[in-house]
Formats: sequence, C-alpha cells, structure tokens
Amino acid sequence: MTRYLLSRLGQGVLLVKVMSLLVFVGLFAIGNPVDMFVNPQADQAEIARTTAALGLDKPLHQQYLHFLRKALRGDLGDSFVHGTGALALILSRLPATLELAVVAMLIAIVFGIPLGLWAGLRPHGLAGRLIMGGSILGFSLPTFWVGLMLIMVFSVQLQWLPSSGRGATAEVLGLPLSIATADGWRHIVLPALNLALFKLSLIVRLTRSGTREALTQDYVRFARAKGLHGSRIVGVHVLKNVLVPIVTVVGMEFGALLAFSVVTESIFAWPGMGKLLIDSITQLDRPVVVAYLMLVVVMYVAISFITDVAYSVLDPRVRLGGAAS
Amino acid sequence: MNGWQRFAAEYRRSLVACIAAAVLGLLMLAALLAPLVSPQNPYDLAQVELMDARLAPGSASSDGHHTYWLGTDAQGRDMLSAILYGLRISLVVGCSATLLAVAIGIVVGLVAGYFGGRFDALLMRVADMQLSFPAILVALILIAILGQGTGKVIGALVAAQWAYYARTIRGVVLVERQREYISAARVLALPVTSILFRHLLPNCMPSLIVVGALQVASAIALEATLSFLGVGLPITEPSLGLLIANGFTYLLSGKYWISFFPGLALLATIMSINLVADQLRDVLNPRLRVD
Repeated sequence: MTRYLLSRLGQGVLLVKVMSLLVFVGLFAIGNPVDMFVNPQADQAEIARTTAALGLDKPLHQQYLHFLRKALRGDLGDSFVHGTGALALILSRLPATLELAVVAMLIAIVFGIPLGLWAGLRPHGLAGRLIMGGSILGFSLPTFWVGLMLIMVFSVQLQWLPSSGRGATAEVLGLPLSIATADGWRHIVLPALNLALFKLSLIVRLTRSGTREALTQDYVRFARAKGLHGSRIVGVHVLKNVLVPIVTVVGMEFGALLAFSVVTESIFAWPGMGKLLIDSITQLDRPVVVAYLMLVVVMYVAISFITDVAYSVLDPRVRLGGAAS
Repeated sequence: MNGWQRFAAEYRRSLVACIAAAVLGLLMLAALLAPLVSPQNPYDLAQVELMDARLAPGSASSDGHHTYWLGTDAQGRDMLSAILYGLRISLVVGCSATLLAVAIGIVVGLVAGYFGGRFDALLMRVADMQLSFPAILVALILIAILGQGTGKVIGALVAAQWAYYARTIRGVVLVERQREYISAARVLALPVTSILFRHLLPNCMPSLIVVGALQVASAIALEATLSFLGVGLPITEPSLGLLIANGFTYLLSGKYWISFFPGLALLATIMSINLVADQLRDVLNPRLRVD
C-alpha cells in the first residue's frame, strides 16, 4: 500500500513538472513578453533594460529554473492588470468557485442517486424512460446554452431568481461564503443547477446501470430468499455496491466541475477562478493564466490521488500495487 | 442484399433516428446553400438596414418588402440569415477539426497498436493523461498558450480530441492483430504500410465512424462554448457560439430571439448528430449497445 501510494505520488509530481515545462515554454518562449511590459515608444536601451530586469536575456533553461524556484516559493509573478500577486489573486477567488462546485455536486448526488435507483428498479416504466431521456439531454445540451435558458426563464420571464453575482456573503471560518446568507442562496441556485446538470446525468446513468447489475447478483437473490424487506435490499445491499463507482466518479468529476465552472461563472458573472481565467486570457494577463494552469494541475493531481485512496478503502477487492500497476 | 441495403434496413428500424437524419440532412443542406437560400447576406452592409435593429420575430422590414421571421439583431441583421451563415462556420470548423483529429488518431492508434512496446506505452500514457482532463480545459489551456484565431481554435479542438480516436483504433488493432489474416499478410511479407492501412484500417472503420460521429457533435459544442466565452473564433467568423454571445446582453432585457434562435440551431445540430451516432453505433457495432 505504502509503495503504491509513493509511486502514485511520484507520478503526480512528474505530471506537475511536465505541465510546468509545457506552460512555461508555451507562454514564455512563444512571442516576446517584453513587448507587453514596455511602452511601444520605448527606445532600444529601455527595451534592453526591461529584458534584463525580467531575466529574459538568459538562456531558456536558466529562465525555467528561475521560474521553478520562484514557483516553489509560491511566487508565480504579478498580474499585469491587477498589479498584485497572481497566485494570491486566484486564491482570493477560490472560495467562490469551490462553493459553487460543492453545491453543484451536492445537487447532482442528492437528485442523481434516487433518480438513478428509480430508473434502475423500473427500467421499462414510464418514469424510468423519462429519467433516462432527461439524462441524455443533460449530456448533450451545451452547458452555456442551458445557463442561458435558466436565465431566460427564471430571471427574465418569471423574475424569481437573480441572474448574476454572488449576492451577500458572510464570513465562515474566514472565508466569504454565499451559502451563509439567504440572499447568497438565491444567487447560487441557478449557477449551481447549471453546473450540476451534466454530473447529475452522469450519476443517474451510473446508478441505474449499477442497480440493474446488482439486482441480478446472487447476494440480492439470496437476500430476497431470506425474506428481507424490499427497501432494505435496495437501501443496503444494492446501494452499497452502487456507491463504489459513484465515489470514484464524484472524486474525478469534482476536478472537472472546477474546470467547467469557467463556463458557468462567465454566464452568471460569478466572481470565481474560472471567470478570472477568461478575463485574463482576453486581457493577455499571462502571469494569472500561468498561475491558474499550475494551480489546476496541482489540484487535479491531488484530487485523483485522494480518489484512488478512497476507492481502495471502500472496495477491498481493489488490490493496490499488485500486478496491475 | 448487399452491405449498404442491409445497413439502410437496420438503420430504418428507429423512427427517431430517421427523423434525426432528416433534420441533420436539412441543416447541412441549409448551411451549404446559405448564400443561396438566406433572405439577405447578413455581412453585406449594403443589405443590412440599421433602422431595423432589434425587431421582434415576424416583424416587417422598414421598406415593407420582406418579413424578419426570426427577428433582427442589434445591427439590424436578419437572424435567420445570420444563423444559416453561422451554422456554416460552426459545421466547417467542427468537421475540419474532427477530420484532422481522426487522421492523427488513425496513425497514432495503428502504429501504437501494431508495434506495441515503448512507443505504445508512451503514447497511451500521454493519451490517458490528456483524457483525464476535461476537453474544455485542454482547449482553454491551448488557447491561453497559442492565442486566438480560427486556425488555433481548430488546433485546440484537434488536440482535445485526437486521443479518443487513437485509443479506439489501438483497441481494435490489439484484437485484430491476433487474427489469421494479419498473420497471413505478414507471412506474405507485405509492406507494413499495406498491412496497417489496407488490412487493419478497414476493420477499424465501424468503431471509428461511431466515435467520430459522437465527437463531431462535441467538437461543435466545444467550439460554440469557446466562441461564446469570447476566446474562440474571431468576430470575422461569426459562428453560432458568437451569435449567442452577441445576443446574451439583450437576453436580460427580454429580447430573447437574438440568442435563443442561434441556440436552437446549435441544439438541433448537436442533438441530431448524437441521435444519428447512437443509431450508427447500434447498427455497426452491436456489442457496444447500451442494454
């Protein structure tokens, strides 16, 4: 187990290194960053001074090492637009994104598992077929279009919920959170629903196929033969086995949620990391883009690591570090 | 019955799939013939009347000659025409990105699957790593690095999707490699390129067509998403995503048609491709059928 964890950790560190190299070469070697720092009317001497100040006159590998050393200290440069540290800027937006992603995931789980169970227990009934049809829609509708429709129906036509911003926030453990205030909840419902839709469809499908598979297994037949109550069979025996793949997916997809929040945040003007990324790309604010990419890769590696560990704890059949790896 | 007739007979079993194929055919025809069938050229300033800006669907034009069935946008363009032209751009970008990704995927998948070894291990590692990131993130990273522009968007779409094809082809090749006809071809000392492209590739086709059909839809959706976010196609190439983005500000003031109808066109395209692809999967590769 320890060996497996160490090798997984090693892979993660390697992935982060490769990504840092790609991002560095991509952003710093293509094009000339000096053009963005100096005034277009600057003379040669001034350009040379700026180049030296940025360390851009050194060979590329030295520049990369310098970048890495600074990155390890948590210094990924200053934002051109905001003038503050890029990483600090992103981290200040992190609570908003995390909050949105967590609420979306909760919506997906709370609605997805019961709907999937229902569809799995009665696959040929009307409700089961409707649920599956809905999940196909949830898969194929582009997220941004669904977001627009939510705004059109609930904000513009019915005027029930606000269409942009976080609303009032309150400090919880030092973090500003919308879910701590009633106004915040009104603001988070639409974006969270929008972000949840894809995951909801995924969880419905997984639960349904897991349920259908579990129902044919011997242990379910045995439980029936023993005369156990139907709700106990479904609630304990079926659900427990359905949960294993769902935990993996919830873990892996949490990272995807953070990525997809780019779209949802832009539509609902939710002041999170994703919106910051899009703004930074359009404003050519390179340090923020670099910091975002590095942060996302590190988060991704961490999430998949935690998921793997949780998986092995939940399912003793998974033999870690065995012949498979 | 020859193969095509059998294929057609199998495909016709699902009414929904037939309707989807008809809708898709109509959309593609409309996109292809956009300059001929659309009421105006929305990007010819001589034909666009600024007086007619933001008219509701069904309004008559100020000169009284024609009706704007789907309304007009902020510049007075006929939305129906803008959608037909936009559909054209979306389909061209989506399809060319898919074709390029398929070409790369075929070569990588065939070579990796047939030769195996270190090259295979390395390539599949890269593919797996990339597939573990959502396509939108891969595309955004590339756009952030490369900058914006039509070619770069296509490049980002290709990079986000090649791995699906490479994986699919490699999977088929690993199975087919064991078959007798490949051993026979080897014994005959046929050139490797001939074994790969004339013997293995045709057998990969059914899986490739199914994956390709599904991925075209996601390529189109991805391009629309990027363009909607303002990091996709430039404004000189107004795809459906850009049209939707342009209408977004007016959506809040109740002028829904400027982004609703382009969205509907996008939706019809994606849904019909998905439904056709589902049926293709059932016909071509019954083993993959869900339930």
